[in-house]
Amino acid sequence: MAPDLAGLLGFNVLAGIATLALITLGLGVIYGMMRIINLAHGEFMMLGAYTAVAASDAGLNIWVAMLVLPPLVVGLIGLILERTVIRFLYGRMMDTMLATWGISLGLIGLVSTLYGNVVRGVSTPVGSFEIGRYGASLYSLVIVAVAIAALAGLYLLLRLTKFGLILRATMQNPAMAAALGVSPDRIYMATFALGAGLAGLAGGVLAPISGISPAMGAAYISRAFITVLGGGPAILTGTGLASTLFGFINELVSFKTTPVIGDVALLVAAVLLIRVLPQGITGRYLRRSL
Amino acid sequence: MTNPTISRRGALKLGTAAAAGAVAMPFFARNGFAAEPIKLGSLLDGSGALGLEGKRMIETTEYAVDLINKAGGLLGRPVKVIAYDTQSSMQLYTQYAQQLALKEKVDVIQGGITSASREAIRPIFGRSKTLYVYNTQYEGGVCDRNVFCTGTTPAQTVNHIVDYALKTWGKKAYIIAADYNYGHITASWMTKFMKDGGGSVAGTDFFPLDVTNFSSAISRIQQAQPDLVLSALVGANHSGFYRQWDAAGMKGKIPIGSSVFGLGDELTTMDASTTNGIVTCYGWYNDLPDAKSVAFVKGMQTKFGADVTDLSELCTATYDGIMLWAEGVKKAGSLERDKVIDAMESGISYEGPTGKVTMDGATHHTIRSTYLARPKDKKWEVLASFRDQFPADTGGACDLLKNPKTNKQFTPDLKG
Repeated sequence: MAPDLAGLLGFNVLAGIATLALITLGLGVIYGMMRIINLAHGEFMMLGAYTAVAASDAGLNIWVAMLVLPPLVVGLIGLILERTVIRFLYGRMMDTMLATWGISLGLIGLVSTLYGNVVRGVSTPVGSFEIGRYGASLYSLVIVAVAIAALAGLYLLLRLTKFGLILRATMQNPAMAAALGVSPDRIYMATFALGAGLAGLAGGVLAPISGISPAMGAAYISRAFITVLGGGPAILTGTGLASTLFGFINELVSFKTTPVIGDVALLVAAVLLIRVLPQGITGRYLRRSL
Repeated sequence: MTNPTISRRGALKLGTAAAAGAVAMPFFARNGFAAEPIKLGSLLDGSGALGLEGKRMIETTEYAVDLINKAGGLLGRPVKVIAYDTQSSMQLYTQYAQQLALKEKVDVIQGGITSASREAIRPIFGRSKTLYVYNTQYEGGVCDRNVFCTGTTPAQTVNHIVDYALKTWGKKAYIIAADYNYGHITASWMTKFMKDGGGSVAGTDFFPLDVTNFSSAISRIQQAQPDLVLSALVGANHSGFYRQWDAAGMKGKIPIGSSVFGLGDELTTMDASTTNGIVTCYGWYNDLPDAKSVAFVKGMQTKFGADVTDLSELCTATYDGIMLWAEGVKKAGSLERDKVIDAMESGISYEGPTGKVTMDGATHHTIRSTYLARPKDKKWEVLASFRDQFPADTGGACDLLKNPKTNKQFTPDLKG
């Protein structure tokens, strides 16, 4: 293989991994920390994308519209939903699944009503560059950078801040944390909002390269779930490792064959992984990581 | 069921209004209540993945029926639309199709968007003997006496895109298409036309409708280094391809011709830099200057608001489908399915927004004008027009006048 083609392929693999990590992180935070299967994750992404569209249509700077507003807006929506719906259902996995599924349908309906069932778009803020004879999107670099920043930011938050410490303590043993004067209720609220905000960020960042429609979440959610389950209990390490594994397989096989076979390869890899490591990668290895 | 032609309501009315003897003659009874509306069943996706296209088609249906009713209806009776929103779900298509055919007993069905939905409901109307008009540009080849198709087919459009590509861009193409029957058959047509014109196809990739990441596809295309890309990608997720193609800087390097691009609202929602120069060929564009075309756009905007700027061939074909059926009913002087089919097969034509449209009796497809155009700063720039294009997709294999029992879909023969 020519070096420039290999370079392009490597770059694509990197971008694929970053995309997967981005769309998974918000789900991983909510599922990994709270054991809530958030079926509205795709719709949180969709809301993030719509926030980016609305903000850039309103004339805001495109970077603010993509990177700053979506996590804030969707985080706030997540907070409201947690207060009004989710908090009554903690510890009831089936009920939370049903509730979040309902929220997902409701959000699709709401956005369809507000914006109409049309495909919207935001223009890509950066251009392209050359790898030898091949053109590649500079925007993929932005995605990689945002994914790294999100992972690193979350790591620092959990590892270095007092809030992170309390958060981890609450997840480990809510009763003990409560005995020490922490309000688990508050922490759950913050975690859900954080997860929703990360989903919003993913939606905002992917907005310029996807067709934005009310039903767009469905195209992302299954991959996100597979990656979370493959990653296992440690949110950051798990998401990072599983995204790397699945993103690598998916991009490489898609390039060599077709996107259909690429998806099949991803699913086969996930099935094998769960068979060998039922608790996900970090269920066996690196268990003490974050 | 000894009297299948009489409805419960009809029977009640009869019971109070007519003598007992009339009950034994349902045909007279039917004609006796002339003001009862003619039922036009509409099956279109007003929401879901195809809602974008479906919404405008539903509006067009209302608009066309309005015009017919304002002109006095058909056979002295008003036409009533019974519309079901199929919500982009195949299951709802079959369910509602049965409901329209068996419960509502509609006189004609207008609808279906994807080829998958058409194939889901076509057999149902065949069984129930309900006349079906399909108004979407599609891969061509359906040959079924009960079905009339008014959209353009590859033999009327894709050949012109490929001709243009071979003349202007080069001989080596890369084909990308949606992974269902429309994409597969259209890709075969593209391959056939390329080879017939002395070109070659470097590769063909199919994408399921939920694919959102096209980076591997774009790399594959770059590796193959074609002179042009032919696209039959469909739907909201696939619109991401054009954005990613532009983002990767490919826009200026390899030109694209597409059999579906611009049928939705791509022109209004994508950047001009992304859409400019993508060559398409359809039966109609909303920037055509002809008087009837302008009048159609105006009429739609008066009824549905000034923001109706994204009309496409899907709308005018729907309009044509309803008007040609109306012509058929007028000519037959009856709503009986066989009489209407005979009338529609007899070579009827009318002047609509797209120009002169004639129903070809042998194939049940339309002979119509098609146009080659590309977007230029969010408007269509028409490059060429082709008069009276014949739906030659079946190469004469489909002749419903001679063999009315034929019921299959012909696909291009790549060996020949």
